[in-house]
Amino acid sequence: MIVSPRRLGGLFLKESLQMMRDPSSILMAFVLPLILLVLFGFGVSLDIDRLRVGLVVEDASADAASLASSFRFSRYFEVTEAGDRRAFDGALVAGRQQGLVVIPQDFATRLAADGTAPVQVLTDGTQPNTGAFIRNYTEGTVQSWLRLRAEEQALELPAGVTLAPRFWFNPDVESRHFLIPGSIAIVMTIIGTLLTSLVIAREWERGTMEALLATPVGRFEILAGKLFPYFLLGMTAMGLCVAAAVLVFDVPLRGSLAAVALTGAVFLLPALGQGLFISAVAKNQFVAAQGALLSGFLPAFLLSGFVFEIDSMPWILRLITRIIPARYMVANLQTQFLAGDVWSLLLPNLGAMLAIGTVLLTLALIKTKKRLD
Amino acid sequence: MMARIKALVRKEMLAVLRDPKSRILLVGPPLIELLVFSFAATQEVTNVAVAVFDADRSYWSNELIRRIEASPSFASVRHLGGQQEIRPLLDRQSVLAAVSIGPSFGEDVAAGREAIVQVLLDGRRSNAAQVVQGYLTQIAAGLGRDIADAEGVRLATAEVVGRSWFNPNLIYRWFTVPSLIAILMSITGLIVTGLSIARERELATFDQLLVSPLRPVEILIGKTMPAVIIGTLQMAVFIAVAVFLLDVPLVGSLPLLLLSLEVFLISLIGIGLFVSALSTTQQQAILGGFAFLSPAVLLSGFATPVENMPRWLQVIAHGDPLLYMMNISRGIFLKDAPVEVVLANLWPMVVIAAITLSAAAWLFRRRMG
Repeated sequence: MIVSPRRLGGLFLKESLQMMRDPSSILMAFVLPLILLVLFGFGVSLDIDRLRVGLVVEDASADAASLASSFRFSRYFEVTEAGDRRAFDGALVAGRQQGLVVIPQDFATRLAADGTAPVQVLTDGTQPNTGAFIRNYTEGTVQSWLRLRAEEQALELPAGVTLAPRFWFNPDVESRHFLIPGSIAIVMTIIGTLLTSLVIAREWERGTMEALLATPVGRFEILAGKLFPYFLLGMTAMGLCVAAAVLVFDVPLRGSLAAVALTGAVFLLPALGQGLFISAVAKNQFVAAQGALLSGFLPAFLLSGFVFEIDSMPWILRLITRIIPARYMVANLQTQFLAGDVWSLLLPNLGAMLAIGTVLLTLALIKTKKRLD
Repeated sequence: MMARIKALVRKEMLAVLRDPKSRILLVGPPLIELLVFSFAATQEVTNVAVAVFDADRSYWSNELIRRIEASPSFASVRHLGGQQEIRPLLDRQSVLAAVSIGPSFGEDVAAGREAIVQVLLDGRRSNAAQVVQGYLTQIAAGLGRDIADAEGVRLATAEVVGRSWFNPNLIYRWFTVPSLIAILMSITGLIVTGLSIARERELATFDQLLVSPLRPVEILIGKTMPAVIIGTLQMAVFIAVAVFLLDVPLVGSLPLLLLSLEVFLISLIGIGLFVSALSTTQQQAILGGFAFLSPAVLLSGFATPVENMPRWLQVIAHGDPLLYMMNISRGIFLKDAPVEVVLANLWPMVVIAAITLSAAAWLFRRRMG
């Protein structure tokens, strides 16, 4: 494997020109990342408040009315009231309400008799997450109402056990702060895997890859010349995303820029390797596009721990996530942005990406044989 | 005219299905994705690791730790020898939360003072951390009640009885599968149509089509039919897998679901055609479709509720066909949504389909004419 800098330089120039001339590369590297960042920065948020619930007060007592006003003033709920639960028939089906809170007829009687405050919560099971939030917030609202009521009645309260929670790295608990670093991993997957696999699959489809392979240029040089422009494009897109994250979206960057760049560069090895491998196997853009979407983009979105918790997945999926490079990238970026350069976490992840990258690049090199078949 | 369209559709189907790799890709991976992702896309929080440090070692601090260990939500509870061990564990993400009980906890409880327990959570995963905080709060409240009980004071307790309609056991899969079907269908709709025109333009065979006796409308119909046929087959397979393999109930009307999916597919084919009329290469067609798809998935309410978005973004989200399809899909699968609810979500898709198809036809004629 003799590498000539002159040949490599020539190839590199050709590939770069080809990349820059295609408006779709620019769309992928600069426009789509910005759209995604804006969506994650301003719109998509996992922090749930203002839940639309119907409140049914079946009990006419003063206690029930007082609890009802607690719900009315809660910052978590947007309450629509009715005296009868039939008023909300169909509201859950149509999605007008996300849940119902019912203060039942025997509320005051049971509170006086055995000290329990019974409240029913009916939620829309097609949105399990929202339903869980409604139940938790309802529980919290009833509990703080009980405490308030006891204080008003000047009861001697035994002090309870109180939690003093502190969210490290993200004290204001803003999901944006971890979604934006995570979305950078998605952007890099799109460029490294999807874009690259398409470009090289096109060469196979048109037969220009065979033409290149017939030249004295070595297989390694061809692949290096092809990958390097996309490596640069990926790094540029990442730079843009990091700048936008910090300057526009106020995500703190507590780690060093050099370490972030290192993570990006190392991640691009498996991402590009996967793109190259897909194109060498598919040799046709349609197949390559499907392959890259299904094996690159969707896993990066769903199996990387970016939105969905890896710990909560069944064990077999947890095992699969270990070979998804985006998983390590997401963990590293979230740490570098929010916690700092925690090398004891970063290094094993970098190592894993390096290992997956080596395997994929080797496979791609083997698949790109210097012969026609 | 019918004979000409039929011939073209035949040719297009052959173009897509001739390659064994694309034949497999149209069926295999989407099915695998449906199976894998329906288990992955969960927002439940289970199986997390937490750490505890007890500087007190009193009866009540032991009791608190015992209850944390007994909770089914935590996979493992690590006992620490000192406060300083917390930082590295959280840093490395070995645990999601650490509970630190101060030396005066037992004393405070005995004296009737408020006993404060420090909980440190990993804000890098603040969503899961908040849920874990909720679990711990419940444990602490239960302990507080029992402490009061032991002192002979009965505190009023909240008794919140939750019932979830349409999905009584809160199986997360029931939510993800109907949504994933819509997402996977949209990939088919966009890519199959998007590529068929772009491929001909790239290979310059499109000019041959144009000089043939076929009229532009006929070419358009011929180009959309394969995606409709393949998409229809796919939806049948997806629904069957969802019901028979993944045990998702289909309580609503199957014909209504099929009709909605068909309208949805056509609206996406319109977008696919529009993108491919703008593109000169297959690469541009795929990437263009993709540039539409990824924001569309984010805005559809799949991962995060639309209600949480700011007003201006909600307006944009209501131009997203995926949003309506998800409503219908979940509505019919789980809620037996009545016709008027389905129609309320169906007509926006019809409007979107009409707009995208006529825009594509217009652009197509202008570019080809």
